[in-house]
Amino acid sequence: MALLEIKDLHATVGDREILKGISLTVNSGEVHAIMGPNGSGKSTLAQVLAGRELYAVTGGKVIYDGKDLLAMPPEDRAREGIFLAFQYPVEIPGVSNMYFLKAALNAIRKHRGLEELDAMDFLSLVKDRMKLLEMDQVLLNRAVNAGFSGGEKKRNEIFQMAVLEPRLAILDETDSGLDIDALRTVAGGVNALRSPERAMIVVTHYQRLLNYIVPDYVHVLAEGRIVKSGGKELALELEESGYAGLGIVDEEEAVAKL
Amino acid sequence: MTAVAEQGLRETAFQRFLELGFPTTHDEDWRFTNVAPIARMGDRLRFSPLAKNGCLSPGFPPEAQQYLGKYAPFQNHAFVALNTALFRDVTYIHIPRGQIVGEPIQIRYDSPSEISHPRTLIVVGPDAHCTIVETYSGTGSYFTNAVTEIVAGSGSVVDHYKVQLESSSAFHVGVMFASLGRSANFSATSISLGGALVRNEVSVTLSEGTDATLNGLYLVNGAQHVDNHTSIEHAKPHGTSHELYKGILDGRASAVFNGRIIVRQDAQKTDSKQTNKNLVLSDEAVINTKPELQIFADDVRCTHGATIGQLDAESMFYLQSRGIGKQDARSLLTYAFAQDIIDRIKVQSLKDSLERVLFEKFHERAH
Repeated sequence: MALLEIKDLHATVGDREILKGISLTVNSGEVHAIMGPNGSGKSTLAQVLAGRELYAVTGGKVIYDGKDLLAMPPEDRAREGIFLAFQYPVEIPGVSNMYFLKAALNAIRKHRGLEELDAMDFLSLVKDRMKLLEMDQVLLNRAVNAGFSGGEKKRNEIFQMAVLEPRLAILDETDSGLDIDALRTVAGGVNALRSPERAMIVVTHYQRLLNYIVPDYVHVLAEGRIVKSGGKELALELEESGYAGLGIVDEEEAVAKL
Repeated sequence: MTAVAEQGLRETAFQRFLELGFPTTHDEDWRFTNVAPIARMGDRLRFSPLAKNGCLSPGFPPEAQQYLGKYAPFQNHAFVALNTALFRDVTYIHIPRGQIVGEPIQIRYDSPSEISHPRTLIVVGPDAHCTIVETYSGTGSYFTNAVTEIVAGSGSVVDHYKVQLESSSAFHVGVMFASLGRSANFSATSISLGGALVRNEVSVTLSEGTDATLNGLYLVNGAQHVDNHTSIEHAKPHGTSHELYKGILDGRASAVFNGRIIVRQDAQKTDSKQTNKNLVLSDEAVINTKPELQIFADDVRCTHGATIGQLDAESMFYLQSRGIGKQDARSLLTYAFAQDIIDRIKVQSLKDSLERVLFEKFHERAH
């Protein structure tokens, strides 16, 4: 059974249709890259899968692990093993990273019938995972993402993923705003988390990230539809000929991001 | 103060109270706070002046007598007039010149009766340091009408905390006046959590180079009403004032923030900043916020800002997307909103106990 099955998914924001019939099957252990120009619907797809209420699903269905994903509130999706690494991680002043992550992990563990971790066990888990991302421990005691640099925020997302151990990770433009060193570290963290039990959907505009996180499949999204799918070589093709080579207009700056 | 002088003060104050009567919503200062329930209680109790000869104990220090009633003007304030006429005892704290008191001084007013008029006089000598925590609490229905006078000498450092934990059916009017000396460093923190109908007033007058900080946190739920009136008067040059009041409103509750800043003509180079932020968690809660700036000097910097908002949808989604339930996410963000006021509290024991109280409040609300 596929871990995730998206069938003819339509979604709107306001009265604008953004996803116009997406179908995609993801199995455990696979890494799928979703590429496309700005405004193609990549981030919308990521957020719809995580349960953002801003978007209204107007058609199609999503089956995750045999369950109707769209019927679940965002917290249940997370507890069932879905993790979205945000393109723009949210700053939450007044809530420490540590407290936040412990609350999240224990909510997930409780849902899975596991015992909640006490402070000591949690700390040792966290220290272990921080090494993976070469994170500064100081960040743990700071408020969630507050005053973090762009790179620190992205690192923090993957660090959270390492702690929460999802079954399906969706990385939304995790490469944007990262310098090459940070990109290597973050990609290294992601690669360390690849496993036969875990699937990943990597959303990106540029091919660069895929040099470090090598996907099994690449899908090109344009105007709310998957217009081409292939193996990892499709990403290289795009790198050479650009989206225009596929006849896709890349209105990089023209389309206002939602 | 001789018994005769005391009696004179009380009689004048009582006379003034009778002339003023309880304020109504036609008074600009009480526009959003209807004290009719307190007035009805007053009618029933029929206030009468205390027996002749005063009631301050003969041992009340003569040096304190020159201060009592001097900083809390009752001419235009019915509740202050009433307190001045009827208070039974005075909690008097005197920190002599240069003395540094490390431990916070705790004053607890647990309502003793249906109506009480707690009176506090704090006199801090020049260059003395102290921290005062005034806590108000009680059980059942009652009315507390408190007046606190503070005189802070030049170069003194005074941190004052008022913690209002009255019962959920209590009325509370608490008025504080502080006269701050040259280069004094003063902070007043008002934490208002209890009461059915509450009015907190903080009124400070700054001298040359005085630094004053006014922080406040008010939390209302159900049908609670809390009114915060603050007044900062810059009377002399080079004064600095910072004010941050935050409110959390839920249910059908209502709250008022009215922040008056007066910069006298003589008070050049004043630097004053006022901020009021409100988090409104329900559709029915009401907040009235109003800055009131009266600036008579020309070389000053005064800024003010007020916000009224709901829980941030993106933050909610972020927390939920990590597995944190909707209600827990709400209480976490609500707690976070209050956090920076709590962080500014320098008394660790107070900070700890408030963190506990707030956590329980939000948690119980969430479940």
